Amino acid sequence: MNLYDHQQQLNRRHFFGRAASGVSLAALASLFGRGAIAGESSAPSTGTPGTLQALHFPPKAKRVIYLFMSGGPSHIDLFDYKAELKEHHGEELPASIRMGQRITGMTSGQKSFPCVYPVFDFKQHGQSGAWVSELLPHTAKIVDDIAIVKSLHTEAINHDPATTFIQTGSQQPGRPSLGAWLSYGLGCETDSLPAFIVMISQGSGNKTDQPIFSRLWGSGFIPSRHQGVRFGAGKDPVLYLSNPPGIDRADRREMLDAMAELNGATHERLGDPEIDTRIQQYEMAFKMQASVPELTDISGETQATIDMYGINDSGVDGGFARNCLLARRMAERGVRFIQLMHRGWDQHSSLPHQIRGQCKDVDQPSAALVQDLKQRGLLDDTLVLWGGEFGRTVYSQGALTKDNYGRDHHGRCFTMWMAGGGTKPGITHGETDEYCYNIVSDGVHIHDWNATILHLLGIDHERLTYRFQGRDFRLTDVEGKLVKQLLA
Amino acid sequence: MNRLCFAFSIVLATCLLSVARADDKQPVDFDRDIRPILSNHCFACHGPDAEKRESGFRLDMRASAIGEAESGAHPIVPGDVAQSELVTRVFSDDDDVKMPPPELNKPLSAEQKDLLKRWVAAGAPYEKHWAFVAPRRPALPVVKDKAWPRNAIDDFILARLEREGLTPSPPAERFELLRRVTFDLTGLPPTPAEVAAFLADESPDAYGKVVQRLLDSPHFGERLAVDWLDAARFADTHGYHIDSGRDMTRWREWVIDAFNSNLPFDQFTIEQLAGDLLPNATLEQKVASGFNRNHMINFEGGAIPQEYHNAYLVDRVNTTSTVWLGLTVACSQCHDHKFDPLTQREYYQFYAFFHNVPENGLDGSRGNAAPMIKAPTREQTRELADIQTQLANLRTRLTAASPEADNAQQAWEATALREDVVNWTTLTPVAMKATGGATLASGTDQFITATGKNAATEHYVISAEVNLAEITAIRLETGVDGKLNGSGPGRSVNGNVVLTDVKLSAGDQHYPFRRATADFSQADYPVQNAVDANPSSGWAIYPEVGKPHAAVFELAKPIGGGEKVRLTIELAFDSQFAQHQPGVFRLSVTDAKQPHGDKHIPANVVTALQTESSKRTAEQSAALRSYYREQVSPEFAALRDSLTAAIARQAEIEKQIPTTMVMQEMAKPRDTFVLLRGQYDKPGEKVVAEVPAALPPLPEGAPHNRLGLAQWLVDPQHPLTSRVIVNRYWQLIFGTGLVKTVEDFGAQGEAPSHPELLDYLAVEFMSPAESNNGQAGRQAWDVKELLRLMVTSSTYRQAARVTPALVERDPENRLLARGPRMRLQAEFIRDQALAISGLLNQKIGGESVSPYQPPGLWSELASRADGKNWTAQEYTQSHGEDLYRRTMYTFWKRTSPPPQLVTFDAPDRETCTVRRARTNTPLQALILLNDPTYVEASRKLAERMLKEGDETAVDRLKFAFVLATTREPSAHELGVLQKVLARYQAKYAADRAAATALLAVGESPRDESLSEVDVASYAIAASVILNLDETVSK
Repeated sequence: MNLYDHQQQLNRRHFFGRAASGVSLAALASLFGRGAIAGESSAPSTGTPGTLQALHFPPKAKRVIYLFMSGGPSHIDLFDYKAELKEHHGEELPASIRMGQRITGMTSGQKSFPCVYPVFDFKQHGQSGAWVSELLPHTAKIVDDIAIVKSLHTEAINHDPATTFIQTGSQQPGRPSLGAWLSYGLGCETDSLPAFIVMISQGSGNKTDQPIFSRLWGSGFIPSRHQGVRFGAGKDPVLYLSNPPGIDRADRREMLDAMAELNGATHERLGDPEIDTRIQQYEMAFKMQASVPELTDISGETQATIDMYGINDSGVDGGFARNCLLARRMAERGVRFIQLMHRGWDQHSSLPHQIRGQCKDVDQPSAALVQDLKQRGLLDDTLVLWGGEFGRTVYSQGALTKDNYGRDHHGRCFTMWMAGGGTKPGITHGETDEYCYNIVSDGVHIHDWNATILHLLGIDHERLTYRFQGRDFRLTDVEGKLVKQLLA
Repeated sequence: MNRLCFAFSIVLATCLLSVARADDKQPVDFDRDIRPILSNHCFACHGPDAEKRESGFRLDMRASAIGEAESGAHPIVPGDVAQSELVTRVFSDDDDVKMPPPELNKPLSAEQKDLLKRWVAAGAPYEKHWAFVAPRRPALPVVKDKAWPRNAIDDFILARLEREGLTPSPPAERFELLRRVTFDLTGLPPTPAEVAAFLADESPDAYGKVVQRLLDSPHFGERLAVDWLDAARFADTHGYHIDSGRDMTRWREWVIDAFNSNLPFDQFTIEQLAGDLLPNATLEQKVASGFNRNHMINFEGGAIPQEYHNAYLVDRVNTTSTVWLGLTVACSQCHDHKFDPLTQREYYQFYAFFHNVPENGLDGSRGNAAPMIKAPTREQTRELADIQTQLANLRTRLTAASPEADNAQQAWEATALREDVVNWTTLTPVAMKATGGATLASGTDQFITATGKNAATEHYVISAEVNLAEITAIRLETGVDGKLNGSGPGRSVNGNVVLTDVKLSAGDQHYPFRRATADFSQADYPVQNAVDANPSSGWAIYPEVGKPHAAVFELAKPIGGGEKVRLTIELAFDSQFAQHQPGVFRLSVTDAKQPHGDKHIPANVVTALQTESSKRTAEQSAALRSYYREQVSPEFAALRDSLTAAIARQAEIEKQIPTTMVMQEMAKPRDTFVLLRGQYDKPGEKVVAEVPAALPPLPEGAPHNRLGLAQWLVDPQHPLTSRVIVNRYWQLIFGTGLVKTVEDFGAQGEAPSHPELLDYLAVEFMSPAESNNGQAGRQAWDVKELLRLMVTSSTYRQAARVTPALVERDPENRLLARGPRMRLQAEFIRDQALAISGLLNQKIGGESVSPYQPPGLWSELASRADGKNWTAQEYTQSHGEDLYRRTMYTFWKRTSPPPQLVTFDAPDRETCTVRRARTNTPLQALILLNDPTYVEASRKLAERMLKEGDETAVDRLKFAFVLATTREPSAHELGVLQKVLARYQAKYAADRAAATALLAVGESPRDESLSEVDVASYAIAASVILNLDETVSK
C-alpha cells in the first residue's frame, strides 16, 4: 500500500458503504479493477504483484501532465539560441561537427548541408534570463516557473522508434508506456476516472503530419487495465460512455440493480470472487457516466479562464487549448497521468510557415496551464512536461532560401521543459555547441529524463519493475541517471 | 537445529498459499527450490553472461561454484556450511559483505536463505534444469480414491490433491459442463437443441459424443486459431508508423483448415516454419510458411532499411523461440543470457536460420511485401481448372476440319491486307474537365496537355462533336514531352501511365467496348484491362516511356451515324500507382469495320498473307488458319465469343487472386554476424546457422536451414517443444499453464505445478501409448486427441463452485480441486452475443471485416493529407452480413486495434503473445451496456424471445436466459427479470419515442410485425441477461 492508497481505501470504504467484505475492497485496488495475468485470480491479496508497497522517496509530484509535441519541434527555432550561428548561416555543416553521425534516409542523399540561423527573433526573459523565440511569447512569460533542458538526447532518428523510445523506454514496440508504469506503480487517486488519460489534438501548422500509435499509451506486457484511456472530442469522451437512445440514467440504475441482484445470486451459488468484482465494475461504470461529463463540461469555468487558455470554438488550434484546460480539471480530480499529444511538429520543409501555426496552437494554452495550476496551488504537486521525440537539424533539408528552409530529424540534442512537482524553477540545464548539434555539457538521455520524472513522483526507477519473460523490466531498461540539478 | 526448524515453520505459515514449494517433509530439491533463487538473485553477476561475471566464478555450474573464486574463497564447500562463502555472505548483515548486494534491489527472504543453507549442508547437489532434459513417461502415481480418475490426468491431479489434504469437487452439472466444453472447443455457446439433446441423452458416453461433435465442428479450427493468431502476431496492417494494410487472409485460412483437419502438430510446425523448403512444396505449404512474415514491416520515410531488416529477424527469433521453445532467447540479443545457457553468439546462430529471405528492409507501403506469392482460393483454383478444360475443348473445335471454312478463308485472304487500312478522325474537344484538378488545354495537332495540379488519381472527361457514317472505335494516343519524367507521357515519377477505365457515351446512351488493342502493353498490364469490369486494373507502357503510343477501343455496338453526335469520353487513372496519368494525349474515332488495323494482325500473319499460298510454309499456313478462325471467321463467331469470354473470365480470376506473404530462401545466403550490443550497424564475428549447445544437436541428416530447424523442434529427443505446446493447450483448457509462465521454461520461469503430469502429456503427445483408450496406432502430435484427453478428464468435469476456504487456499486454482471457471475471452463474448441474438454469420475464412466502431479512432492518429497513398488509413465500416462475422475476422489495425477487443485484454498484435491478461474493468461494462453491437444484439434477442419463446413472459425470459447461460433460471431470477420487463413495458408504452429510438440502433432490419413496445421492453430484459457475469463466463 502506498502513501495515497491508504486514504484511497478509506474513501472507497466510504463510497461502497455496502458492508464491504475483504473481497470487495481488494476488488477496488484501482478504478480498473483487480485484474491479473491469465490464471491469477482476483482473490484477496494485499496488492497487485509488483505494485509499489511504499514510495522510495518522499514524493514531490503526485501526478503528471505531459504536453507531448509529436513530430519533433525545432529546438533551434524555439529555445536553443546561438548568436554565433548567424555567422555560419548558409555555410556547410563542418565534418568536425557532424562527426560521421548517421542521418535519416530523407537527407542522407543530400549533397549540401547548409546551416540555418533561424528567421525568428530571440530575447532573454524573466529573472532567469532564459532565451525564448518570438514564436512563444506566452511561454516567455513563465520561464521563471519552468526548467528548460537543452541537452536531451536520443539514439532514434525516425518518428516511430523515437516516439516509442521516449514514451516507453525502448525503440522497439512491446514495452509499457510511462503512464502505464505509473498507473501500475502508483494506482489512481480517484475512483471515478481512469488513472491514465490521453487526449489528441491536430496541429494546424502542418497538414501532412506524422501518424501516432496507440502503443504510445499502451501497457505492453503489463496488465491491460494500465493502458491509457483515450478521451475523444466527440459525444462520448470515453468510448461507449453514453447510454443508448431510449435508455436514461434512471433506467440504467434500475437495470444495474437487477443485474446486481442476479449476479449476487450467482455469487452466492458459485462463490467465485470475480463475480463480486464484476458487480463493482458496473457500479464504477455507472459512476463514470456521471463523472466524465462533469469533467468535460467546462461551462462552469469563468470567461477569464477560457480566455487565459485561449479557447475558442474555431477549432483552429486543433483542440489543444481545450485539452489543456481539461488536463487541469483532470489533475484536480485525481487523474494520475494526463497525456496530451499535439501533432504536426515535423517541419521538413516550409518550417518558418509551419512552425508559426504549431506555436500558435500550443504556446498560450501551455503557459496558461502552468499559470492556472500555480494560482490554484496545484503546481506544487503536479509535474508538467513539454517537448517532442527529438529536435531538428541545424542544416536545411532541401534548398535554403531567404525566407524558407526545412529541418530534418535530429536526436543528438533537443530541448524540453518541465515545471512544478518538485522541479527547480527558472533554470536552464545543459548546453549544446554553437551549431546546436552536439551536447557540450550536462547531457540528459531519455532514460535520465524518465528516471528524473519517476524520482519526482517518489519512485526509484531501478525499483519499479515488472517480471516478464524471466526478466525484471524497468521503464529505464538498464540505464538512467537522476538529473539532480533539475530538483528543487 | 532447533533454531532452524523454528525459522522454517514460520516460513511455512506464510507460504501456505503457495502450491509449488518445499515443505519440511520434503528434502531440498535443486530444480524446484534452489535454481529459482540462484537465477533470480545471483546469476546476473555470477551466471551465464561472461561479460558481466564478477569475482571469477559462476553459480549456474557446480564445478565453478565449488571451485576457487578470485578472492581465494570457495563460494560453496559441499556439506560444509561454515566454510561456504555463499552461506556466510547470504546471512551477513554487513552491507559490504552481504549477498546479493543491496544495490541489486533483490534481497533474499529468510526462507530462501535457509533453503540455500540446507542445500549446501546436503552437499549442494546440482541438476540440469528440468526443461533441458527430455521428458520421460512417468509411472502413474498411486491414489487413494481409485474411483475418481477417468484418465491419467486425473491420477496426477488427484495424487497431488490427496497429498495436500484436499478432495476434488463433485462433477459439474450437465449444463455447466456442456457450456464449458462448447466454448473451450468452438468459442461459441451451445444451442438450445444441443442443450436439450445432451440433457436427454442417458447413454454412458453421452458426454463423449458431445466432445466428438465439437472436435468435428468446423468452428473448432476457428477457436484454436484465435490463440494461434496472438502467438503469430497476425494482423491486417503492417504496424509501425503509417501502418498500411496487408492481406494474410490465406494464411489465416490455412491455420483454420489445419486445426480442422487435425494436421499433426509436428507437420503444422514444419509447414509454418519451412513449408517453402519442403520437396515439391504445395501451394498450401508455401502459404503456411507465412507464419514468420506476420511480423511488422516498416516503411517510414527516412528509416534505414538495415535497421528494420534486423528488427524483422529479431522478431522471428523471439517469436519462434517463445512459441516453440518457451525460452526467452530474446534476452541474448545484446549480451549472453543472464539466466539460461544461451550465449549472444548462439542468438545470432539462431538468427542466421531466418536471414536468407529475399526481403526488403523497408516495404509494405502498398499491400503485401516481398516475397509473396499468388495464392488462389480453393474456389478460384477450381474455377480456373474448369476454364482450362473449357478452353481446350473450344480450341479442339476451332481446329476441326471444315472445307467451308477453308473456302471462306481463301476469300478473306484476298482482301485481308486491304481492309486493314483505317482512317481516323482526330477529335477537337468542345469541353474538357479533369476531376482530379489538373488543367487541360488544347495543344498542337489536337493533342491535349495536362498541367498544374497532379493528384494521386485522375479522371479526364473530354467531349467532342463528330459527324461520321458510324463510329466503330475510339483511339487514345499518348505523346512525348521532354518536361515530363522519362519524357512522358505519364506525369508520374517514371513517365508511365496506368489507364484503368475508358467510358464512352453519346447523348444519354452509354457504349461499352468489346475489345481493345495497343501497340505496346506492359507485362501484366494488357490494354484489355482498361475495358474489363475491374476498375483498378489497367493498361500501362513501362518501360517503353518517352515514345508515342496508341490504344484502340472497339465498340460492342457501333454508334449509328449520319448526323452530328456529341461524344463524351472519360479516361480514368485510378490505379494504386500515384499520378500515373498522361500529360499529353489525343483522341480519335473511326468508322472502319476492322478498326484495329494492321496493329491487330500479328506480324507473322501479315508475312503469311504477303506470301503466295503455294509458297507458304506449313507453319505459315497453320498461323493463317488459326488466325482466321480465331479472329475473323463469321462461321466461328459463336465459338470465338465463347473463347473470348472464357479467356476474359480467366484473366478476371487471375486478377482477383490474392497474394500472401511467404518465406523463401535466397540462392546465395546472406552472411550473418554477431551484432555487438544488438546494434544492426555493429557487426562482429561471423556465424553460421546452428542451434544452441544446451539443447540437442540438429537431427542426423537434417539440413542447416529452416527446414532442419523445424525438424529439430519436433524431434522426439527435443526436451522443450512438446512440453511447451501441451502446456499452452493446458492453459487454453484450464486457464493457467502447468508451467504458469508459458513463455518461459528457463531458470526464471515458474516451476511446473505438476511436473510429472507435464511430462506425461508431453510424451503422450509425441508418442501416444497404444493402450490409451484401447485404440491402437494413434497418430503422434494429435491436437484433437490431446484436447479430448483434457476435456474428458474428471478434473475438467468438476463443478466450478468454490468455497471461501478454497479460494483462500488456492486462489488461482492451480491444484484443480474445482473445475475451471473464467470470463470468456474477448472474441467469444461478442461471438456469443451475435449467436444467441441470431445475427451470427457462420461463414468460415475469408477476408477481414469491419464491424461497428466509433468514428474517428483511426483518423485521429493517421497521417492526414498523405492517407490516400496508403491503405487502412480510414475506417470503412462493413454492412450487411459482414457486420456479423465471427470476431476473429475483425480487421486488425495494429496502431489502433479494435477497442472492443483490447478492452477485454486482446493484445495489440505488434509482437508475439502467448498469454492474455484477464481483467475486469468498468470500460468492459460500458461496452457490454452501450456498444451498438450489444444494443442491437439485445434487440434481436428480444425479437427471438417474442417469436420463438412461446406465449408467456415467463417462457420468453426463460428462453433467453437459457440461450445466454445454458441453464434454466431459478424462480427468484425469473422474478427479477419479470419485474424488469413489467417496468419497461410500462415505460415504453408511455414513451413510444424512447422505444423507437432504442430500436433504431444497429443496421439489421427490425421485424415490423412485432410491436415496438414489446421489442423495446424485451430488449431491456435481454440486455440485462447479456450483461450477467454468467453470460460472459464459462
